[in-house]
Amino acid sequence: MTQTAETPMVELKGVKKRFGNLEVLKGIDLKVDRGKIISIIGPSGSGKSTLLRSVNNLEVIDEGTIMLDGVQVNRPDLKGLAFERHINHIRQNMGMVFQHFNLFPHLSTLENVTLAPRKLKGVDARSARELGMELLHRVGLADKASAYPSSLSGGQKQRVAIARALAMRPKVMLFDEATSALDPELVEEVNQVMKSLAEEHMTMLIVTHEMAFARDVSDWAMFMDGGVVVEENTPERLFTNPDQERTCHFLRKHLASQA
Amino acid sequence: MDINLMIEIAPLLVKAAWVTVDISARALFFGFFIASALVALRTSRFLPVRWSARAYISVVRGTPYFVQLLLVFYGGPAIGLRLDPFTCGVVVGAFNIGAYMSEAMRGAIESVESGQSEASRSLGFGRFATLQYIVLPQAAGLMIRSVGVLAIILVKNSSLVSIISVVELTYQAQRLTGSTYKPLEVFSLSALMYIVIIYAVMGIVELLYRRATRYTYL
Repeated sequence: MTQTAETPMVELKGVKKRFGNLEVLKGIDLKVDRGKIISIIGPSGSGKSTLLRSVNNLEVIDEGTIMLDGVQVNRPDLKGLAFERHINHIRQNMGMVFQHFNLFPHLSTLENVTLAPRKLKGVDARSARELGMELLHRVGLADKASAYPSSLSGGQKQRVAIARALAMRPKVMLFDEATSALDPELVEEVNQVMKSLAEEHMTMLIVTHEMAFARDVSDWAMFMDGGVVVEENTPERLFTNPDQERTCHFLRKHLASQA
Repeated sequence: MDINLMIEIAPLLVKAAWVTVDISARALFFGFFIASALVALRTSRFLPVRWSARAYISVVRGTPYFVQLLLVFYGGPAIGLRLDPFTCGVVVGAFNIGAYMSEAMRGAIESVESGQSEASRSLGFGRFATLQYIVLPQAAGLMIRSVGVLAIILVKNSSLVSIISVVELTYQAQRLTGSTYKPLEVFSLSALMYIVIIYAVMGIVELLYRRATRYTYL
């Protein structure tokens, strides 16, 4: 398939996912154009994290298609090692940031960032170091290059995790509640890094509970509940004047809990 | 206590103690590979393979080491398996400890958080590379102490190979008792040597543990 400027960076069509008898994604369509940022909000159990994890096949979907820059991610036709090779290659183009950071505790900060480019792209030690330092600098942690994750704060860990994901020069970044596990005073430093990515037109798909942040950075916002997209719109509209009662209700409850 | 006698027989016991160390070290070495193989077999996609690995582990855990030793040494020749006593001690020791060690390894691997594998896979690492770069280096720290305990059991169990006439510490001690009629002195000294060996093992285990988990306090 040929890629043009109009090819969406990420496109989901009719995505369904079941855990046993429970259908957690009931036919999701979603399109992220290159350089755009989409936020997904919704109550816990709405399927938003599962959706995000499906994009890079950490969750295997049952029906539908997922495309990354014109290439199909889920390939039911490929089995075993053939699929393994395919998905490993696809994943190199997608950066993922987790709620609980998942930094590699046995590696230094710099090694966390450089491991993938060194082992997967064969980048030599010196270039990897330069790349790693550049990325750590960018997230404001160049001075922590030789520190180990156990000595970092949550906010610092998450910034390293973002640098680690960026090290593979991904086409799209997936954020799975990147600030949900952080103490409130550490949220801002991570948001700042995400904003700087937005300014550089990184394509991003963000699952979040941070309504203000989502409204601020997103080009498009979606509200999910019960495995369906209840409503999607521009963030201005979705957050201030939603069409659906369920969206209204969720936002009201959420604002009340944050006040 | 006849101290002079103890000094006199000490060199003989030290020499025999070395055989104890030798047989245990070899069993541990080969046992490690057997354990790794069992861990791999237990994660096989094929049910019969998984099942046979489990069956093997159950048999080893369900029978006394002493019986395993007698079975292989005296029963082996009937099916063409003729081993000299030392080799038999190493082989039975390795297959015995391997079964227990595989459980310790599996436990350690499983207790590395699943988020670690997910992060690795999301970067594009395959299953094997994830095991190699992410899971095993962390599992190592978690398994070293339990493998250390198994190594200590292995050293103690090695006294049982005296029954198939390997001249190790316990066999030598029995022989010396027969010639000196001083069991208290002889067995006290041999017990002391076991303590020395086992504390040395514990020391090595502790060093390895600190090395493997250095990152947690750097």
